[in-house]
Amino acid sequence: MSASLPKRIAPPPHWRLILREPFARTGLVITLAVIVFALAGSWFSPHSPHALLGTVYGAPERAALLGYDYIGQDVLSRVFCGGRSVVWMAAGSVVLALLSGVGLGLLAGFHRGWIDQVVVWWMDVLHAFPHLILVLLVVSMLGRDPGLIVGVTALAFVPGVVRLVRGLTLGVVNQEFIEAARLMGYSRRSVLFVEILPNIVPALLIHAGTMLSWAVGILAGLNFLGYGVAAPAADWGLMINENRTGLLIQPWGATIPAILIALFALGSNLLAEGAARASSRLEEQG
Amino acid sequence: MSKASHLDSTATGETQPRRIFGTILDQLPSWLPWVLLRLLSGMGVVLALSFIVFAATQALPSDPARQILGPEADEAAIVLLRTQLGLDRPLPIQYLDWFSRVARGDFGVSLDSNVPVSELLARRLGNTLTLLLCVVALSLPLALTLGIVLALWRDSRPARFFITLLILVKATPDFIIALGLMFVFALNLQWLPAVSLMDPDRSPLAQAEFLVLPALTITLGSLPYLIRLVRTAMIETLESEYVTQARLRGIPEQALIFSHALPNALIPVIYGVALMLSVMVGGALIAEVVFAYPGIGSALNSAVQMRDLPLIQGAVLIITLSVVLINLLADFLTVLLTPRLRTAESKVLNFWRRSYRRAVQPDSSRGW
Repeated sequence: MSASLPKRIAPPPHWRLILREPFARTGLVITLAVIVFALAGSWFSPHSPHALLGTVYGAPERAALLGYDYIGQDVLSRVFCGGRSVVWMAAGSVVLALLSGVGLGLLAGFHRGWIDQVVVWWMDVLHAFPHLILVLLVVSMLGRDPGLIVGVTALAFVPGVVRLVRGLTLGVVNQEFIEAARLMGYSRRSVLFVEILPNIVPALLIHAGTMLSWAVGILAGLNFLGYGVAAPAADWGLMINENRTGLLIQPWGATIPAILIALFALGSNLLAEGAARASSRLEEQG
Repeated sequence: MSKASHLDSTATGETQPRRIFGTILDQLPSWLPWVLLRLLSGMGVVLALSFIVFAATQALPSDPARQILGPEADEAAIVLLRTQLGLDRPLPIQYLDWFSRVARGDFGVSLDSNVPVSELLARRLGNTLTLLLCVVALSLPLALTLGIVLALWRDSRPARFFITLLILVKATPDFIIALGLMFVFALNLQWLPAVSLMDPDRSPLAQAEFLVLPALTITLGSLPYLIRLVRTAMIETLESEYVTQARLRGIPEQALIFSHALPNALIPVIYGVALMLSVMVGGALIAEVVFAYPGIGSALNSAVQMRDLPLIQGAVLIITLSVVLINLLADFLTVLLTPRLRTAESKVLNFWRRSYRRAVQPDSSRGW
C-alpha cells in the first residue's frame, strides 16, 4: 500500500544541492563578503567618515589609501561606513515583500473565487507603477524615513511575489497529493503550510535572489538621486553621486562604492541563478 | 443555444429574429467577450490609479501647502495657498473636481514654471517615447539573434561564457551602467556628449548624438532579460513534439528553425517586450537624470525636487497610464496570435487565470 502513496512533484532543493552549483557557491561567497564588510566595516575605519582631513579630491596617500572626496573626507573611511543602510534596507524590503506576498498569493490561489479576483485586480493596479516611480512618489510626499522606504520598496515588489505564488499554488492545488491530504482530513492550515508551501519554496528562493538585486538597484539609485540617506551621512549610493564630478581627477571616490554595490547585486543574482539550476536539475531527474 | 434556435426556426418559421440573432452571436469571434472584459478591467485599474495618485499627493497627512512652501513658511501664507489650491474643501469634492479636470487633459499649471502641465509633459513624453523606440529598435533584433544563437549552441563553451557575462550585466544597477558609459564614451574617449544639451525646437532624432548613451544604458539593462526569454522559448519549442515530428518528416533544419519553431517562440516575446517597456519607464528615469535627457522621467525628478505638485501628479499618471496601455496591448496581441487561446471557448471563465503568463515570467524561469 505504502508504495502507491502520492509522490511530491518537486521536493525543495536541499541546501547542499544548491551549494553543489558553482554559481551558487560563488554567489554566496560574494554576498556574504559584502554583507560582512558593510556591517562590520565601521570598526576598521581608520578615520571618522565625517572628518575633513585632506584637500578636495586629494590623491591617495599613506594616511588615506583611497584619497579624499568632494569636500576632503577620507574615501576609505566612508567606504567602510557607507554600506550598512543599503544592506539592511535591501534585505528588509525583500523579507517584507516575501512575507506579505506569500500570504496574499497563497490566499488567492488556495481560496480562489472572489477573494482571488480582488487580490489579482489590486495587484494589477500596483503593477502599473514601475518600482522606482512608486518609491519616488511616496518618499517625495512622506519624507525619507528608512522604515518608510523599506516598506514602499516591499510594496512595489509584492505584485510580483503574489503573481508567482498564486500561479504555483493554482498548479499545486489540483495535484493528487493535495486531494489525498484533504480526504485524510488534514486541517486547511496544515495542507497550506505542510503540503503546498514546501512545493513553491524553490521558485520563491530564485525570486528572492532576483528581488534582492532589484532592491539594491532601487535603494542605491534612490540614494544616488538624493532621496534616500541625507547628505552628511556616509552611503555608497550617495558617495557615487557626490564624487561623480571628480571622476577624472580622483576616480576612487565614485568607483569603489559602485563596485561594491554591483558586487552585492551580482552575488545575490548568482545565488538565485544557482538555486534555479539546482531546482531545474532536480526536475529533470524527476 | 444556436443549434436549438436553428431547429426552432426550421420547425415553425416564426422565430426568424431569434435565428438571426443566434447566427450573429456565432459569427462573433469567441475572444471578443474576453477583450471587452479586459478593457473594462483596464478602465477600472485606471480609475484606481487616479485615486491612488490623488491620495498620495493631496490626501495624505502631509500638507501639500506646507510641502510647497517649506517648513519655515508662516501660517498666513500657508492658509492662503490652501484656499488657492482648494485644499480647504472636503476630500471627495477635491477628488471629483481634480478627476474631472484630469479626464479632460487639464493637469493644472506647473507651480515651478507657470506653464500648463499638459503642454510641458506632451513634449517630454514625445522625447521619452523616441528614446524607448530607439531602445526597442536596438534591443529586439539583438535579443532575437543572440537568443536564437544561444538556444542552438546552448551547451557550447562560448555560449556559457556569454551567459555568465549577461548575468553580470543584469546584476549591475542602471545608474552604475549609465555612469560607466558616460565615463568611457563621454569623458575618456569624448566620442559622445555627456549632457543632453538638446535644441527643444528640433526632433530628438535629428540630434541623435544625444540619444545614443541614454538608449545604450536602457538597452543594456533590458537585453539580458530579453535574450533569456527568447532563448528559453526557443529551446522549449525546439524540444516540443511537433518540431520532432517535423524533423522526422525530413524537413530541413533551417526551415524547421525559421518557419516552424520561430513563429511560436516569438509569442512569449511580445509579453516580454511589454513587461520590459514598463520596467524601462522606470529605468529611463535614471538614464534621463544621469544624462540630463529632457524626458518624462527627468521631469518627474525635477518636479519632486521642486515640490511641483501638479507636475508630479501629471507625470506619475501618464507613466502609469502608459504601463496599463502597454500591458493591455500585449495581452490582446498574445491572445490574438495564439491559436489555442484565440479559439478557446470559456475565455471569460479563465479570465483571471491567465495561465499563459506564467511561461514568460522573468522570475519563475528555471535558469539559463
